[in-house]
Amino acid sequence: MDITVNILLTVATAATPLLIAAIGELVVERSGVLNLGVEGMMIMGAVGGFGAGYLTGSPWIGLLAAIAMGALFSLLFAIMTLSLATNQVATGLSLTLLGLGLSGMMGTNFVGQPGQRLPNLDIPGLTSIPVVGRLLFGQDPIFYISIALTAAVMWFLFKTRKGLTLRSIGDSHSSAHALGIQVIRYRYLSVVFGGACAGLAGGHLSLVYTPQWVENMTAGRGWIALALVVFASWRPWRVLAGAYIFGAVWIGQLHAQAFGIPVPSQMLSSLPYLATIVVLVLISRNKRLTMMNTPASLGQPFVPDR
Amino acid sequence: MKKLLIALMTTTAALSVAVTAEAADKLKACWVYTGPIGDFGYSYQHDQGRLQVEKELGDKVETAYLENVSEGPDADRAFERLAREGCKIIFGTSFGFMDPEVKIAKKFPKVMFEHATGYKTADNLGIYNARFYEGRYVLGQIAAKESKSGVAGYIVSFPIPEVVMGINSFMLGAQSINPNFKAKIVWVNSWFDPGKEADAAKALFDQGADIIVQHTDSTAALQVAEERKLHGFGQSSDMIKFAPHAQLTSLTDEWGPYYVSRVKAALDGTWKPDNVWLGIKDGAVKLAPFTNMPDDVKAMAEATTKKIADGWNPFTGPIAKQDGTPWLKDGEVADDGTLLGMNFYVKGVDDKLPQ
Repeated sequence: MDITVNILLTVATAATPLLIAAIGELVVERSGVLNLGVEGMMIMGAVGGFGAGYLTGSPWIGLLAAIAMGALFSLLFAIMTLSLATNQVATGLSLTLLGLGLSGMMGTNFVGQPGQRLPNLDIPGLTSIPVVGRLLFGQDPIFYISIALTAAVMWFLFKTRKGLTLRSIGDSHSSAHALGIQVIRYRYLSVVFGGACAGLAGGHLSLVYTPQWVENMTAGRGWIALALVVFASWRPWRVLAGAYIFGAVWIGQLHAQAFGIPVPSQMLSSLPYLATIVVLVLISRNKRLTMMNTPASLGQPFVPDR
Repeated sequence: MKKLLIALMTTTAALSVAVTAEAADKLKACWVYTGPIGDFGYSYQHDQGRLQVEKELGDKVETAYLENVSEGPDADRAFERLAREGCKIIFGTSFGFMDPEVKIAKKFPKVMFEHATGYKTADNLGIYNARFYEGRYVLGQIAAKESKSGVAGYIVSFPIPEVVMGINSFMLGAQSINPNFKAKIVWVNSWFDPGKEADAAKALFDQGADIIVQHTDSTAALQVAEERKLHGFGQSSDMIKFAPHAQLTSLTDEWGPYYVSRVKAALDGTWKPDNVWLGIKDGAVKLAPFTNMPDDVKAMAEATTKKIADGWNPFTGPIAKQDGTPWLKDGEVADDGTLLGMNFYVKGVDDKLPQ
């Protein structure tokens, strides 16, 4: 029983940063903006979070710094693509490259220093309940934030008027503009929200997952998050499912290896990617629904004609 | 716009002239790393070596480096660029730089090249390597003494001879203490992904291992050991700060003395391509202080380290291969060629080697 709980906890830790970054990017893409800079914003969040935690001695300040760093960095993308109408794909890619380089430079003095770790939740009486106690009441704070965030984004996008407006901008910015909606303003807010989420995901890496700073420590997780959004056809609950399937197969293959299952390790290593794609493609196989969910003006620059 | 461009070009030209003028007085020594120097692991240790060269020969040399250079064809350009920029001696620090270095060395016969962990040489290309397996034998002995479950978790990157050699040496060391000792092996197919290394460590601990060994570069696995109040070994650099209660010792690389000697030779004009494989006795492979273990285990580890420094090779027969067929006869020592191409396990390893 203990091993099952441990495995589930490990899966949650592996899935959380993917989920948070992907949920943020989902909102950005729903507003019609494609930000390929997730990896860059994530690593900036990781270095910001580690740095602030290390310098102040408080992982909570680190957490806030990670969010702020991601948001600030995404603002750069927003100014370029929304105010200056640059190409979103190129700008997003350069944001990733810039983030990887800049974070390395900022983090020079943090290399080889142990950092702060966010404490796990511990509610007397509840956390000690066998099996479910640790799963429900004993995880790191960012895990709870990730679940709440997913629920909040679902509610906002599909149950509120502002969410409807945001989605309509993603489908046709020209029509939305003609109706008097402030397209650029909505998009600014979405991009910054996406940046804050990516920053938080990075903070999870350097404050919970592996409390340390090393260059390139995101190791491609930003790209996985980006892919999750597309394969989940821009639906929050599918992103959640995708992140957890990925996490489960990711951890499962490590256990399979440790157990000595005679399957080539290269094959096992590629399983999480394969399994996630297959499952998400299967649940998104209704073409009409997928078309409906795809933001039609995704990636197109918008210049309001006055 | 045109004016601005011309102004920019003139400035760049002036700058490059300035750089060359300075380079003419000093010898330029250059390094190519496959990872970031901030990895606190393999590339970091090479860069510490470069810094030592600067410190000791700073008034006579100028150093430069390129980090994050992908192994394979992309590396051609890195080496060519350095050679064109006036580097007189260039160190390529990763196995995958072998063919690019051979190619570029042919193109620049006056530049001295050095390649770590490879096997191809040329008139102006020498090779160097460290006998990490020597240290891993000691780790194996400590693990067998310290483990209560008799099972170690071993996190590895890629099935190259270097790594296979390490696993074998570790197991030989462990079985010299406890013949029934087992190691669970997990391949993460990456040199560097702290999250994945942490996950692998958790999986191994969950399946009953109580000591973690790694042939990957980050501190993540040791941090998991610290959290679980279990033990493990560091890699490449001393990681005691990350795991003050968990680290037993760390297998570290010290490239500094070698780099200093080679750059000195280049300065004196005595440089010749060489083929060296440095070990514990040369100070290139070091074990961090033995901590978190009883005195008798510490004494044993120190004695074994000394024995190896005095010339004993962990790959001394009788040793059988994994399937039981004999490999080395009693007292027979493995030759370097076999070790450098090692693609089989010794008896007792509980894993199928990925091909």
